[in-house]
Amino acid sequence: MSLVKPAMRGLLAKRLRFHLPIAFGLALVAAVAFKFTVTEPRKQAYADFYKHYDSMKEFSAMREAGVFESVRPTGK
Amino acid sequence: QHTLEGNRDHTAVIHICLSIYLDRYFQTLYSSLTVVVLVHLSSDVDVIDCSVPQYNNRLDTPLPDVPFVRNLSAEQKKLKEKEKGSWTQLTKEEKLALYRLTHELSYAEMRQGSKEWMTVLGGIFIFLGFTGLLVWWQRVYVYGDVPHTLSEESVAQQTQRMIDMRVNPVHGFSHKWDYEKKQWK
Repeated sequence: MSLVKPAMRGLLAKRLRFHLPIAFGLALVAAVAFKFTVTEPRKQAYADFYKHYDSMKEFSAMREAGVFESVRPTGK
Repeated sequence: QHTLEGNRDHTAVIHICLSIYLDRYFQTLYSSLTVVVLVHLSSDVDVIDCSVPQYNNRLDTPLPDVPFVRNLSAEQKKLKEKEKGSWTQLTKEEKLALYRLTHELSYAEMRQGSKEWMTVLGGIFIFLGFTGLLVWWQRVYVYGDVPHTLSEESVAQQTQRMIDMRVNPVHGFSHKWDYEKKQWK
């Protein structure tokens, strides 16, 4: 009967040695992917929107449409 | 507005009546059931004596407290006598018979599982479907009218106001509206 004695100690350490780098790597990949698919396009969209934004023109348009309570449309 | 209040009270009344009715129903059911159970216990069929060690089929107890077969027939007693000698004299069938005397199920049999889950899932779906029918009936016969703000005309007015207000002009709602051509992009 020459069975191999199974590993009795260090089981968690062995598992962590294998899985922790993978976990950290995946977390890093997820963060980087999120940055370049979500936050960068979002920042760019906002920058583009405000590059040629005329706030007075928008305000007049909204005023004419009658959504404000403080200013009435020019006319009445 | 008045009809909405009325229908809500109506629903509440139905729910109260239903709960009272079910309460009474279960009270009478329970009292009749206890009578039935008392009558049955006196005839005493399947009672386990929990004060002595019992046999169990468990993955974490390979050697239960008692063997599975307690009352051995003459043949089985002879086998037990033979077991007291050298085990190399036992044939394969005898070894298996001895195993089955002390254990009811092997590990493979304990682990095998059954198809009960199909029955359970089927029962779940049946009752979910039945509940769906009840909810449908409730929607048709108990609930009142939806608010007028969900009519086509009202929704159109709301959408126009959202566009005028420039709701979410960077990414969302108003971004999809073409203000020059006055249409959706």
